[in-house]
Amino acid sequence: MIITAIAILGGLALIFGLVLGYAAVRFKVESNPIVDQIDAILPQQQCGKCGFPGCRPYAEAIASGEADINQCPPGGETSMLALADLLDRDPQPLDPEHAEEKPVMLAVIDEQNCIGCTLCIQACPVDAILGTAKHMHTVIASECTGCELCLAPCPVDCISMEPIPSTTSTWKWPYPVYRLNTAPARATAEAEMESAA
Amino acid sequence: MMNLWKFNGGVKLSGHKALSNTQPIIKAELPKYLILPLLQHIGVPAEAVVNVGDKVLKGQVVARCQSDNCDLFASSPIHASSSGTVVAIEDRLVPHPSGLHAPCIVIETDGQDTWADKTPLAHYQELPPAEVRQHIARAGIVGLGGAGFPSHMKLRPEGIDTLILNGAECEPYITCDDRLMRERPDEIVSGAEILMYVLGGAKRCLIAVEDNKPEAFEALQAAVARRSRIGCDHCRMEVVQVPTRYPTGGERQLIQVLTGKEIGRSDLPARFGIVMHNVETTKAIYRAVVHGEPLISRTVTVTGGGVSEPRNLEAPLGMPMYSLLEQCGKTDAIKRLVMGGPMMGFALPSDELPIVKTTNCLIAYRDNEISLKPEPMPCIRCGACADACPVNLLPQQLYWYAKSRDFKQVQSHHIFECIDCACCAYVCPSHIPLVDYFRFAKAEIRAADRDKQKADHARQRHELRQQRIEREKAEKAARHQQKRSAPEDQETADRKKAEIAAAVARTQAKKAQAANNTPENQAEQ
Repeated sequence: MIITAIAILGGLALIFGLVLGYAAVRFKVESNPIVDQIDAILPQQQCGKCGFPGCRPYAEAIASGEADINQCPPGGETSMLALADLLDRDPQPLDPEHAEEKPVMLAVIDEQNCIGCTLCIQACPVDAILGTAKHMHTVIASECTGCELCLAPCPVDCISMEPIPSTTSTWKWPYPVYRLNTAPARATAEAEMESAA
Repeated sequence: MMNLWKFNGGVKLSGHKALSNTQPIIKAELPKYLILPLLQHIGVPAEAVVNVGDKVLKGQVVARCQSDNCDLFASSPIHASSSGTVVAIEDRLVPHPSGLHAPCIVIETDGQDTWADKTPLAHYQELPPAEVRQHIARAGIVGLGGAGFPSHMKLRPEGIDTLILNGAECEPYITCDDRLMRERPDEIVSGAEILMYVLGGAKRCLIAVEDNKPEAFEALQAAVARRSRIGCDHCRMEVVQVPTRYPTGGERQLIQVLTGKEIGRSDLPARFGIVMHNVETTKAIYRAVVHGEPLISRTVTVTGGGVSEPRNLEAPLGMPMYSLLEQCGKTDAIKRLVMGGPMMGFALPSDELPIVKTTNCLIAYRDNEISLKPEPMPCIRCGACADACPVNLLPQQLYWYAKSRDFKQVQSHHIFECIDCACCAYVCPSHIPLVDYFRFAKAEIRAADRDKQKADHARQRHELRQQRIEREKAEKAARHQQKRSAPEDQETADRKKAEIAAAVARTQAKKAQAANNTPENQAEQ
């Protein structure tokens, strides 16, 4: 009697084990490695402000737990929050050690002063600078990520970062702002302002 | 009588159309300067082909399609609206909700209004449809109902069986299509025939007019009745009266009313064999094909309490708005100037902006016409917005998510189906500016998509650069390696051996000579 029960249960276990084993092989999901997912969130300026030589090395460091998620100033709070969401870590303010969050700018070469030394071309991580030795260099605006890596190597300081002007095609509708419907509260706030002044 | 369907929601609005629809359309006086923005349509801007100082004639191309290929990108050329001299190509204030500057061509008119050579297609029926379509593209025609989508993009013959002409004009105050349908019904019907031909033999044309425009309806019906034959033998054209309800004039809404087909934002009506064009666009296409006149003017409604003679005018494109307002009795009482209708239009920062291809209406409000916006109160979840939404969205949910910047949720609630019609904000008892939130959310999502694309592009370039550097390094190393350890072939080895042997022989010979000479020299000395 006991032997029959053991045989039946053992048989079932064997069958299910085989089915599951086969399913694990047959329906194997090639999951997206976590490094790729982190890299997809990072802004790809390749600026190195995080302390790693590029976005991918930083992504690898985050994945292995070497680096925190708050070291990317170009990505700012948005990418920090996305990383926290992805990795299930607690959101935290950006680390001030790694420069501040600021809008993306565009590198512009003062072509009058450029001496054609090619140092900036070698520094540019995305090949956005065009030129050759002893000839004037220029930045391809559409390819520039605003990483600022070309600023330091320039021996004549002829590269500057300029804000990207908003055009009718890049302009965004602003967040709706209106006064709250709190007349008495406003009166008290004004009174407070006056007393403070 | 055709069987009509209904779309969900929508609102009944008071028309305010009688203000401006009693006067016939007049030609606006030519202004001293014309300001022509390079982007007057949806798509990429046109490329200027004139220089400062050039003399231009009326109807001459001043900016061509990007790369001179109107099909490559959604692009449309721009023509001089009158003859004169190009005095500047520079950034000017343009009519856009942002109030930003954009590149414009400025022409000082000479008052002669001299036409350039017109190139009409006399017998368009004898030409292939694709050629007529190119002609329409070169005439710079875009959707004149207000959206400004290049018309030739909607004229590909992709199995279209139904052409719909949109004469609904559902927004209050606007009457330009109304007047045009009353005064130029024959041109509209002829334009419709051209469109049916270009679309590769559309069999059916429906002209939809809201039932608050009976005169326009009758005029069009009479124009259709005057034709003995519409386009082809089996073609038919029908003028349909649709119930007045905002936003019936929306493309998808009108299609739903006429055919019962509900088409989502991600689908094109062309996939369902339907194409829609505005009535004024149709008239412009007629003028372009039959008379060879490119799009250089449009009908503009100037209305509101701020002008003493509200009416419709045929204004040259690029005409400054103040000039147009002056011709309608501009008063000092104007408190706000709105381009477009009161529901979907936007306030302008100044009246020095030009009339562009999408300017269908200018509303000059007096102060007593603007009800001070009541301050928004909290959402009470009454659901009135959802009842009013013509595309069956949940504006109250979208509002919460947009307000808290939860863009993932906003998108999963189909914000991109929203047509900005403002019905939800209109019915909201708490006066919440819902559309402002939706526009904000849409703009943020689009900007994030743009950033993502840019980041992907940068990643690709960075990776390619890394690969190139690696490759160059490897190549260099390989070259060094080869130099150091490459086994020499037999020929070079032999040659080298021979050279060495020769060199040794030479030295030995020299040595021997030296040995022979030395004793003699010594002896001589």
